[in-house]
Amino acid sequence: MSNAVAHADAHGHAVHHPELQHHFETMQQQKEASTFGMWLFLLTEVLFFGGIFFAYLLYRMWYFDAFAEASRDLDLVLGGFNTVVLIGSSLTMAFAVRAAQTGSSSGTVRWLILTMFLGAVFLGVKVIEYSHKFEVGHVPGPNFHSTSQWAAQEQIFYSLYFTMTGLHAVHMIVGIVILAVITRMAAQGRFNESYHTPVEMTGLYWHFVDLVWIYLFPLLYLVERHN
Amino acid sequence: MSVHIAPKSLYISIFGALMVLTAVTVAAAFVNLGNLNAPVALAIATLKATLVVLFFMHVKYSSKMIKLVVATSLFFLTILLTETLMDFATRGWVAIPKLMH
Repeated sequence: MSNAVAHADAHGHAVHHPELQHHFETMQQQKEASTFGMWLFLLTEVLFFGGIFFAYLLYRMWYFDAFAEASRDLDLVLGGFNTVVLIGSSLTMAFAVRAAQTGSSSGTVRWLILTMFLGAVFLGVKVIEYSHKFEVGHVPGPNFHSTSQWAAQEQIFYSLYFTMTGLHAVHMIVGIVILAVITRMAAQGRFNESYHTPVEMTGLYWHFVDLVWIYLFPLLYLVERHN
Repeated sequence: MSVHIAPKSLYISIFGALMVLTAVTVAAAFVNLGNLNAPVALAIATLKATLVVLFFMHVKYSSKMIKLVVATSLFFLTILLTETLMDFATRGWVAIPKLMH
């Protein structure tokens, strides 16, 4: 409270929380504004990925056989493993937010580091998958190699595969950078029970990236596995 | 309005449910469900997404304004997908029965 009192003296007005900006009346209102803004950003992200999902839907209708065949060439074990890792990172992120809500800075830092670690594992597996595709010629372009009668259409599947998983991976890299900044802030003791909005907003972003993968996994890896 | 702090056990249960649903979607892909393979995969993914949004993203405990933004994003996503699909479908370029094979 001494911080707040000193702050109030400096301003010559009523005591308030040191993290409360002057254009908000209460901490609750300030946090609601942040959450509202974050969700509006996520709304634009939904539409950003939505357009790409539509492209996928259209080409899948046109070239279903090629999509089914190319999808079977994706590594289901690695894809499934990554799904577990990413959903696991959402769990650790939820624990990080919870630790922040209960005022445990050390807990917040620990869970955030674990979240970053799981994010890095996901990206590492993605590197293995991508490099395998370069080795066997499953990268669209002049060096594309396939014995399928649908080779040309398979390139469209792989174009969408690289676009969708690539944009997802970019979001993860951005997420890990944000997590690193938030971890540093948490380690400096910047958050407590009454102020931890940045941890919560980072959580919303990280869970959104998980959401995108929840759709990408069945759409890319499981087009038609029963043949 | 105080902050809602969910118990750790709730998050672990949600994680468990997401793992089970992941296993179910993989298993379902290996069964020939005819035209239903794609709808089943999307239904499971949507169920998983709903769990993440409601619990991990705290929307269940959020204000009506936040719920409205979430609903709005789905509304505009629906417009994006259906209106564009209608355009392509009515050009006679897409054989709609081929939607799921």
